[in-house]
Amino acid sequence: MTKEKRGADIVVDVLIKEGVDTVFGLPGGAIMEVYDALFDAPFRNVLTRHEQAACHMADGYARATGKVGVVIATSGPGATNLVTGLATAYMDSIPLVAITGQVPRHYIGTDAFQEADVIGITRPITKHNFLVTDIKDLPLILRQAFYIARTGRPGPVLVDIPKDITQQKTTYKMPTDEEVRESLPGYNPHTEGNPVQIKKAAELIRKATRPVLYVGGGAILSDAAEEIYKLAHLAQIPVTTTNMGKGAFPETDPLSLHMLGMHGTYYANMAVYHSDLLIAVGARFDDRVTGKINEFAPEAKIIHIDIDPASISKTITVDVPIVGDVKNVLRKLIKELEEKPVEWIAAREQWLKQINEWKEKHPLNYRKSDKIIKPQAVIEEIYNITNGEAIISAGVGQHQMWAAMFYKYKYPRQFLNSGGLGTMGFGFPAAVGAKIGRPDKTVFAIEGDGSFIMNVQDLATAVQYRVPVKIAIINNGFLGMVRQWQQFFYDSRYASVCLSVQPDFVKLAESFGAVGLRATKPSEVREVLLKAMEINDRPVLMDFVVDREENVLPMVPAGKSYREMILTPKQKGEAETMYLVG
Amino acid sequence: MSDIKVLKVRPEPEKVIRKHIITVKVQHNFGVLARITGLFAGRGYNIESLTVGRTHEPDIARITIVVEGDERVIEQIIKQLRRLIETLKVKDITDLPHIERELALIKIYTADDRTRDEIMRLVSIFRAKVVDVSTDSYTVEITGDNEKIEAFINLIKPFGVKEMARTGTLAMVRESANIKMEKGDKE
Repeated sequence: MTKEKRGADIVVDVLIKEGVDTVFGLPGGAIMEVYDALFDAPFRNVLTRHEQAACHMADGYARATGKVGVVIATSGPGATNLVTGLATAYMDSIPLVAITGQVPRHYIGTDAFQEADVIGITRPITKHNFLVTDIKDLPLILRQAFYIARTGRPGPVLVDIPKDITQQKTTYKMPTDEEVRESLPGYNPHTEGNPVQIKKAAELIRKATRPVLYVGGGAILSDAAEEIYKLAHLAQIPVTTTNMGKGAFPETDPLSLHMLGMHGTYYANMAVYHSDLLIAVGARFDDRVTGKINEFAPEAKIIHIDIDPASISKTITVDVPIVGDVKNVLRKLIKELEEKPVEWIAAREQWLKQINEWKEKHPLNYRKSDKIIKPQAVIEEIYNITNGEAIISAGVGQHQMWAAMFYKYKYPRQFLNSGGLGTMGFGFPAAVGAKIGRPDKTVFAIEGDGSFIMNVQDLATAVQYRVPVKIAIINNGFLGMVRQWQQFFYDSRYASVCLSVQPDFVKLAESFGAVGLRATKPSEVREVLLKAMEINDRPVLMDFVVDREENVLPMVPAGKSYREMILTPKQKGEAETMYLVG
Repeated sequence: MSDIKVLKVRPEPEKVIRKHIITVKVQHNFGVLARITGLFAGRGYNIESLTVGRTHEPDIARITIVVEGDERVIEQIIKQLRRLIETLKVKDITDLPHIERELALIKIYTADDRTRDEIMRLVSIFRAKVVDVSTDSYTVEITGDNEKIEAFINLIKPFGVKEMARTGTLAMVRESANIKMEKGDKE
């Protein structure tokens, strides 16, 4: 037993116990007591300008460090402003704990000032949420929140605390790890993987002639990059990753096929289409990956390793499901393969030769220009200048896909983006969170002009805390991805996509106390980037004015088969789209 | 361009849509029912009936859900239910020997003696009970499986139903079948 403490102090105590070094948030009436306690807390408390940005910062921090991100907001509008951020983290299985103030217990249900049913609102977009109704439950609930957030398939957990509980005083004992586990009898994530299934998987790998590893974000969450590398090289299996899986396998490796799916490479999609064995690792067969489901790897047997049983056979029936932590399962699978090896190199020779032909025939490329800045060229230049070592945090849209395609990721937690929910405005605040969590790394936010402006207010936060993120705006004056779809599928009717009225981004940056730079010609791109690399005491914003109607290609139109990939940009007099087959 | 051969398509699994009875044991916490109904609504599953009540263990509630869907949908429902932190046990008991009960209260118009006699005969045949009587109505309580209740309702409908309330299905696996099932219910 300790001396009497306020609920608010218990919150701080648990955060310390959980090893939290940074929280993000914005105060308000119902959370003031907690902020009062935070005032003396021995960790960093980042004041943001908007709760959504706070949530994305905590998310970016979590993605970059692997630790649980913490965000704090007040009741009502404070909490509802977290909604998009929580849904973003939920879709990508990012461990977050959100602490929200609630109106005092006796006001709940009375439509009190700044009251909202936050538990009801966030129920479908959190892994779990709690309303604290008694101060004696507070320490355990907070510890449960951290435990649930980071274990199993990670995700955001919200704890809603009525103001009177934060003010109430009590004595308490910090719950132990064991007490936390035992207090959740219905929560037992399977981590080990069934040995019989692992044996079956090994047998399929030995027999396969055209295997492909399809790696998703689960491999990064499970910290399994080393095992993926080992498996790929041991059994000579080419690796394609999803957008979320980028960095789980080095894209500079000859076995890398880069990304698959809607904006996947020709060779990744062809390899998957023709494969006879698909090994899905921490991936969930998202529609942006599979396209037309019954033509996705149509001849392949499928092994699916995932910690979440609900991900297995959700959209596609798999042959060998293995429920377990990816890292654990892969270790056992590798051991199984090593015990009974085959002549891997000989066995894969034909397949890898075929893949190399595809790679040579249709590499990832674009039409270069010396008159107008090509967005892809900006990404390539960022790659060169950072030696491929930077953390890249992208917004959502065309720039996100170019950032995924033209920067070659070598490490897990190097590419951060809202893969599942597709949240515009994510890239910049997530970059700020990432830079705070990883001050040793160069962190770039690659943003669109449309995406960036959705959380522009938090430039103030980055300036206030001297977070030297590099913001590269791929400025095409359009909601570019929507424009591209309109060009392809709506007869070029550009409805509500033109952002011709926009701020002067350089002056905007300067007005916040950041540095603003601009490039309008290809020759200026490198110069601007070099200048930005020299600034390390504040954020720097680079406005790259790019080719307005550049398209993201290749592209598999939504719901189509990989066979129907659009490969080349539209030329005057050419057919609207060019399909590979039929 | 067409250098790739067109492969056959992945065969669609056969879809057999039928009614399933799923029993769920949950921690009896604040908001747990909303979590379950929200899951069904949010993912577009259609609940035919849902009953909930306490059990002999004070912190545990038991929910019986009747839902229609093909194998994949039902499998997803079960997995999604298991994913909830407060879920202790989920079981699809459709194909296990089980007991199924529903209770209905039905207020039936009684126009004359002949009607009253006829209703009483049906009540007796169905082993139902008259629990309230007024000058122009009988209120009948009936329990049984869904089929029996439906059959009774169809027979008394012609007399005129004034009001009706039903509990939805409650179900429990017969002990003989239960013993084999004890392990691995939450994966």
